[in-house]
Amino acid sequence: MPPTRSGLARRQYGVAALFTAPFFLLFFAFTLAPIGYGAWLSLHREQTSGLGLGGEPEQVFVGLDNFTRALTDGRFLGSFATVGVYCLVYIPIMIGIALLLALLLDSVYARAKRFFQLALYLPNIVPGLIAAMIWTYLYTPGLSPIIDALAKVGVPFNLGSDAGAVGAVANLTIWMHTGYNVIIFFAALQAVPREVIEASTVDGAGQIRIAWSVKAPMIRGAVVLAVLFTVIGAMQLFTEPFIVRDAATTIDQAWTPSLYIYQLTKAYDMGGAAAASLILTVVLAVASFLVTRFSKKGAAL
Amino acid sequence: MSTAQTLTRPEPAAAAGRAAPPRRTRPASPLLSKGVVNGVLVAAMLWTVLPLTWLVIAATKGYADLYSTGGFEFARVRLWENLVELFTFGDGLFLRWLLNSFLYAGVGALASSLISVLAGYAFDKFRFPGKERWFGLVLLGVLVPAAVTTVPLYLMASDLGLTNSFWGVFLPGLASPFGVYLGRVFSSAYVPDELLEATRVDGAGELRTFWQIAFPLLRPAFATLFLFGFTGGWNAFFMPLLMLSDHQLYPVGLGLFMWRQLINTDQDLYYPLLMTGSLVAILPLIVAFFSLQRYWKAGLTAGAVK
Repeated sequence: MPPTRSGLARRQYGVAALFTAPFFLLFFAFTLAPIGYGAWLSLHREQTSGLGLGGEPEQVFVGLDNFTRALTDGRFLGSFATVGVYCLVYIPIMIGIALLLALLLDSVYARAKRFFQLALYLPNIVPGLIAAMIWTYLYTPGLSPIIDALAKVGVPFNLGSDAGAVGAVANLTIWMHTGYNVIIFFAALQAVPREVIEASTVDGAGQIRIAWSVKAPMIRGAVVLAVLFTVIGAMQLFTEPFIVRDAATTIDQAWTPSLYIYQLTKAYDMGGAAAASLILTVVLAVASFLVTRFSKKGAAL
Repeated sequence: MSTAQTLTRPEPAAAAGRAAPPRRTRPASPLLSKGVVNGVLVAAMLWTVLPLTWLVIAATKGYADLYSTGGFEFARVRLWENLVELFTFGDGLFLRWLLNSFLYAGVGALASSLISVLAGYAFDKFRFPGKERWFGLVLLGVLVPAAVTTVPLYLMASDLGLTNSFWGVFLPGLASPFGVYLGRVFSSAYVPDELLEATRVDGAGELRTFWQIAFPLLRPAFATLFLFGFTGGWNAFFMPLLMLSDHQLYPVGLGLFMWRQLINTDQDLYYPLLMTGSLVAILPLIVAFFSLQRYWKAGLTAGAVK
């Protein structure tokens, strides 16, 4: 019956609009509008006419000046270098440990799988701020059994060095995020068809070989997605170094791009902060593109 | 892909041809025995749990004991005194922060989950013009980094006089593109289309159908979204840090951060406050996590493995 069908369809438009309206209204107001406003801000600079008193600050169009200012600021470029080094340390180790633990959990030998999953996931619900405070104390010589033990075996951990600062922050974020990825990888492994694994067992492949050559390639998609989200999160690193820098003196106010942006915001250089945010976003987009591109290339091999 | 297969193919065949060991009696590989596997898992678990254990022990100590005794040994246990001090200090400032966090994170997550479930359900069950294009916009929203919206949001809030107000922190967190995406995935998994067809034939309105038929089926989805929203909101730091300057409006994380900044002014006072406060601030998350643990895994996996 076409008439009722079109009547039903029209009624659906209205209800669909009603159901999606709250989300889209908020999404426009608090995501899209700020992006547009940020783009506008990045092309302007606030100037106060007169001698301050009574002079209303006004926004003056400055073209790409804020961008050139950011891109020629050694501290901003340095923040990308730091975060790049941090990513190269943090991401392979974190994803590697998560994959290893997920494969171990999925192996026939593992016991108490549910318990281990819960325990490994636990740090992920601890606020970054509190995790950073805990680890800052655990990095303090004299307070920390770990640092003292390391010093005893001749591996002094110097939080005051550049490498020490990257290591301290990376260890903290590895601690926080590994369990989350273990759960995701483990769930993906559970979805690997059992026949495939049985077939390789019958072929005489050992457990390690099965884990590495059969199971791991089959959850490639989950791993690539995890790397993608990790890159996006890691490059926006803010809270952890913001806290750890109380103990790690080489972490300055422009250690990561987000810290740099925060410091500009606090200095009321909104044009500069908006331009730096957009540059960070472009770098994030390029990095995401490279991750997906690189993984596709790897898959084609 | 095909090369990968040809690369791995010959190996098992060669292995089989070499020895063809009887499968049942083949000894477990020495590198990967039951002991080693579970040993590594226990070691990993200790690494995740020990820092939290340290916090629990630190919360029972006074300032002097914190520095004079080992991190993992108990001194005089004064947890109760620390708690009393925590909740009475500054006219119950900490309790105020906890309540604020419950408003920002708890009420915020309730509202945000409902908004996401509604939109996700609409994307899954209704036909409307440009549907997939709108959904594409949602997916793009998932990829927008917080970095690009935070500074403009702060300025917009300041133009509207919303900085240093409850709404300045509460409203920006409500729309979650990832939540809408999960809502759609869950709706297609949990709500059978035939069921809706049947109620439509019966002439029930779409709103009533949603509340009485679909929503009860979507409760696990709602719980997952709530859990994510609650932990995310409770742990939010950058946005409140920018928006708020009035201590009375702080969420608990920002409050603890303020105490940490003050620590050198009175270490005897602030160290125990900070340690015990951190422990208490984690507890609601642990309670939410364990009481909703039936759901969180479903949510994580739905989001990651398509």
